[in-house]
Amino acid sequence: MERSEGTAMLEIRGLHASIQGNEILHGVDLTVRPGEVHAIMGPNGSGKSTLAQVLAGHPAYEVTGGTITFEGKDLLGMEPEERAREGVFLAFQYPVEIRGITNAYFLRSALNAVRKHRGLEELDPIDFLAVLEEKTKVIELDEELINRPVNDGFSGGEKKRNEILQMAVLEPKLAVLDETDSGLDIDALKTVAAAVNKLRRPDNAAILVTHYQRLLNYITPDHVHVLADGRIVRSGGKDLAHELEARGYDWLRAEAAV
Amino acid sequence: MTSIESQVLQPYKYGFVTDIDSDTIPPGLSEDIIRGISAMKGEPPFMLEWRLKAYRHWLTMKEPRWPNVRYAPIDYQAIRYYSSPKQQKKWDSLEQVDPKLLDTFERLGIPLAERKRLAGVAVDAVFDSVSVATTFREALAKEGVIFCPFSEAVREHPELVERYLGTVVPPTDNFFAALNSAVFTDGSFAYIPKGVRCPMELSTYFRINASSTGQFERTLIVAEEGAYVSYLEGCSAPMRDENQLHAAVVELVALDNAQIKYSTVQNWYPGDEDGRGGIYNFVTKRGRCAGVNSKISWTQVETGSAITWKYPSCILQGDNSIGEFYSVAVTANRQQADTGTKMIHIGKNTRSTIVSKGISAGRGQNTYRGQVKILKGATGARNYSQCDSMLIGDQCGAHTFPYIDVRNSTAIMEHEASTSKIGEDQIFYCKQRGLSAEDAVSMIVNGFCKEVFRELPMEFAVEAQNLLGISLEGSVG
Repeated sequence: MERSEGTAMLEIRGLHASIQGNEILHGVDLTVRPGEVHAIMGPNGSGKSTLAQVLAGHPAYEVTGGTITFEGKDLLGMEPEERAREGVFLAFQYPVEIRGITNAYFLRSALNAVRKHRGLEELDPIDFLAVLEEKTKVIELDEELINRPVNDGFSGGEKKRNEILQMAVLEPKLAVLDETDSGLDIDALKTVAAAVNKLRRPDNAAILVTHYQRLLNYITPDHVHVLADGRIVRSGGKDLAHELEARGYDWLRAEAAV
Repeated sequence: MTSIESQVLQPYKYGFVTDIDSDTIPPGLSEDIIRGISAMKGEPPFMLEWRLKAYRHWLTMKEPRWPNVRYAPIDYQAIRYYSSPKQQKKWDSLEQVDPKLLDTFERLGIPLAERKRLAGVAVDAVFDSVSVATTFREALAKEGVIFCPFSEAVREHPELVERYLGTVVPPTDNFFAALNSAVFTDGSFAYIPKGVRCPMELSTYFRINASSTGQFERTLIVAEEGAYVSYLEGCSAPMRDENQLHAAVVELVALDNAQIKYSTVQNWYPGDEDGRGGIYNFVTKRGRCAGVNSKISWTQVETGSAITWKYPSCILQGDNSIGEFYSVAVTANRQQADTGTKMIHIGKNTRSTIVSKGISAGRGQNTYRGQVKILKGATGARNYSQCDSMLIGDQCGAHTFPYIDVRNSTAIMEHEASTSKIGEDQIFYCKQRGLSAEDAVSMIVNGFCKEVFRELPMEFAVEAQNLLGISLEGSVG
């Protein structure tokens, strides 16, 4: 069942982006509608993570061409924090550690920044704790993690789960998960996937950036796109992921090169 | 300059000058000047003798060159060694204090007037070379606690002063301590009698106002058997193009089972962004855990001064005594700091903890220098040292010089060190969660300093927060 009707939440048109003068993305087009889950797959170095970082506005990347429209607004004209407050969330491939600041304090500050932007009242620590408890239950995160410093001393799996907790609390409209499956054992992968599934709603959307098909065994995407050498070379339904798993990426690259 | 740097490099907020007439003496240093200071203070003969002895020794000494700081030579004959706001002979009550002085301290956040006083904090306010007011003295006296200007202690309690002065930092200890011993003008004296837990925080606020004047204060705190006191020290100075010398000596004595907690928020004028002006903060601070089970803690937040040179130290003489040092030192613009501590373990089962956080920004140079010495008799001594440096921008420097000298094989030493950089990735991560760059920097700096901030008394934690422009939520209490 494909839901391709309705207004686009995210429109990427002819996107070119480079880092330190090297162009990585050579014209990417992508449309994401509310309620959809898109998987972006591709070999190492294809530009998957670059796309994720550009969506979030990482200052190291320069957009040299094309447009990104998010809910009718020019996303590229916004600072990273404005994008976040508008509802774009990036689950980092390598989450950053912040010593001495508890997860709970960090998350409350972030949530209040987002709430303020949306004209909502800021939450005091007690109200926030209630929100946090509810969300930790949804994603089955060890509650002890919320009082530890942000990602400090977390295992790889804990860091990834912590990204999902942040996503659950901030309730973004568009979540971009950058290789959230990398470095996870199968149990952790299942937990993360289950959490993402629980957070799916008709009014939000997700982009899963992944190298492997295995995450897609647990999260069923509506669309699968293959990124190779900075371009989307093939789009399809969830079956495309299985085909990639069986055949690898080389045949697509060969086709694209023709 | 990056946005991260510009946030840390805030303009100095306490740089105003109070326009007040002063009694000053001509610049220069000689035995006559010292006799003059002693006479103005109405000191007993032992004090003058002590000063002169220190001065004669100082003449034989050389200014230390080993600190990792650079500055033009100091002309000791160009400094004025005494400056006091013109005043009536004696202030009996605050009503007689020049309103300009009260206003000065009010602007610095230290209201002295009765109804505005900080609850639970007794303040001794020192302006240039003299103490202008000490609050809550009667309330303290009821408990037998003496808290008064140092010059008054010399006159009113000469036996206590003579017994303890120079027992921790001898007049011959080092160049600046000798200079201080010769010319010190005022400071605070606190004496907590046996078994008394001081009912409020004691605090001294030092303000340099006059130009071309050095400030040489002397602080002595004695906690008798089983006594406890928490003492806070703050300071600031006007913005001037000249460098001014501040060479203080602080001595702490803790007898059996006594505890002294000494906290400093140091915010002397740091000079401008090109390194013009600012205070030379060359200070000797040392505590002696003389009794068994005694404890001395130093907590300092150092954001000011053009050059800082100080090592609040503990001599752990009594068995089972404890020494602690918690420090945040910030050097921005052209500031230089060479700071750390010395922990000298003499008694059995003595323990010390060192937590040092250096933050460098702009062209600031931050050096941690620390010594842990375990003497032969200090069986079962333990030390834990942690030195962390944070760099903001790429023109600053952080240096760490730990010295360890262990002469007893039962000692247990732990040392950890780290250097980190506030990176674009960290900022980006916070921004991606919706936080502004300013909030992100605050949070990262705050988290870095957390282990030190939580040692500060509440009143000072708030001041430290204002100084670093950061939010302390989550790190206090």
